[in-house]
Amino acid sequence: MIRVALPQHLRTLAGVDGEVHLDAQERPTQRTVLDALEASYPVLRGTIRDHGTAERRAFIRFFVCGHDISLDPTDDPLPDEIASGAEPFRVVGAMAGG
Amino acid sequence: MSGVRLLVGTRKGAFVLTSDGSRSEWDVNGPLFSGWEIYHANASPADPDRLYASQSTGWFGQIIQRSDDGGRTWEPVGNEFAYDGVPGTHQWYDGTQHPWEFARVWHLEPSRTDPDTVFAGVEDAALFRSVDGGHSWQELSGLRGHETGEHWQPGAGGLCLHTILIHPDDPERMVVAISAAGAFRTDNGGETWRPINRGLRSQELPDEDREVGHCVHRIAMHPSRPDVLFMQKHWDVLRSDDGGESWHEVSGNLPSDFGFPIAVHAHEPETVYVVPIKSDSEHVPPEGKLRVYRSRTGGNEWESLTRGLPQSHCYVNVLRDAMAVDGLDPCGVYFGTTGGQVYASSDAGDSWTPIVRDLPAVLSVEAQTLQ
Repeated sequence: MIRVALPQHLRTLAGVDGEVHLDAQERPTQRTVLDALEASYPVLRGTIRDHGTAERRAFIRFFVCGHDISLDPTDDPLPDEIASGAEPFRVVGAMAGG
Repeated sequence: MSGVRLLVGTRKGAFVLTSDGSRSEWDVNGPLFSGWEIYHANASPADPDRLYASQSTGWFGQIIQRSDDGGRTWEPVGNEFAYDGVPGTHQWYDGTQHPWEFARVWHLEPSRTDPDTVFAGVEDAALFRSVDGGHSWQELSGLRGHETGEHWQPGAGGLCLHTILIHPDDPERMVVAISAAGAFRTDNGGETWRPINRGLRSQELPDEDREVGHCVHRIAMHPSRPDVLFMQKHWDVLRSDDGGESWHEVSGNLPSDFGFPIAVHAHEPETVYVVPIKSDSEHVPPEGKLRVYRSRTGGNEWESLTRGLPQSHCYVNVLRDAMAVDGLDPCGVYFGTTGGQVYASSDAGDSWTPIVRDLPAVLSVEAQTLQ
């Protein structure tokens, strides 16, 4: 199982409380986790990554195990703690706007 | 029994205000979509229970919400607004070319006859249409593809398409307005467009006969006389009697002819409302007095409407989509302010009462007349 922690506005939009749980993946990456998230919750398409380009939106960041991986290659493998569900993949709205 | 439903978009959510035909007591429902900017919410003329709302933030982008039960419940529908083909560039503030980039939906205009058909005016300026109730959107790219497109330049609020007027008898004919490109018209359902800015004078433009580059803030039309259009431009209030082919100024005795909204009385096509604002650099009411101005002569002669409105120390603005009229008799007039007040008049503007005083900054107001 892969755990995804969403910011409050996206939880509301997706109609979920707490974390989202996705099926386990053998070798999860940013891309595969987000693909699975959007497949399970189509309403999130375009809110984390742009339609078309699939690039991360400017004010969104991704954290795993306390590290900001937003600028890492999207196909890099994620830590074992994400694959095992010990740690969540965190989608964070950047602090911006005052 | 008749009633009125106001759809209010704010910086931090949507509010639905309802009243019976007396318009003396109002129920306030909201915030819906709390924390999100609601640039616009609008109702289908063909089905009063069908509502659409544009929900967005800088963080999470664009969402389109739809209600099929008059706003009691909502569901997100399609949010992919992909420009047709290679988007190309338009002019940026500094005169350089800048890629066309979708930012948000400013205005939603449902078809007069089909609840599933709705038009969206977006930033960067383009017109989209959905024919499946908002699930998917296709650009009417003949507009952005007009030969002047690469010369369009954003206004201070962005390069936004904010006005969509559908001809009441001929749905193939539409007028749109873009800040700061100007007004455009199609006679073939959006396939091709032409600028309709003859007669507009903009001091910022060295060439006073320039075809585009005019900062049109809003255009209003009375459905019984679709060839008569009223425009609030950046500066100047104008009128066209030939469907936009030519315009002439009707600012007359207004204390300032800068402003954003303009609206037409529901039953008197020559009665027009504006809210003068001091200047483009200050964006506050002249003399700190919030005044609606009404012309019963189609422009030029304006009277100040102040009863019930603050007449001292008032420095709010009224944005372009934040004024609306209902269809009751006497006509109801409504507007929202950047200070969070929504004012209502149930006597065509003679007197005003705040329905709510402390909402987030109001971006848009639409009035639905319920039978």
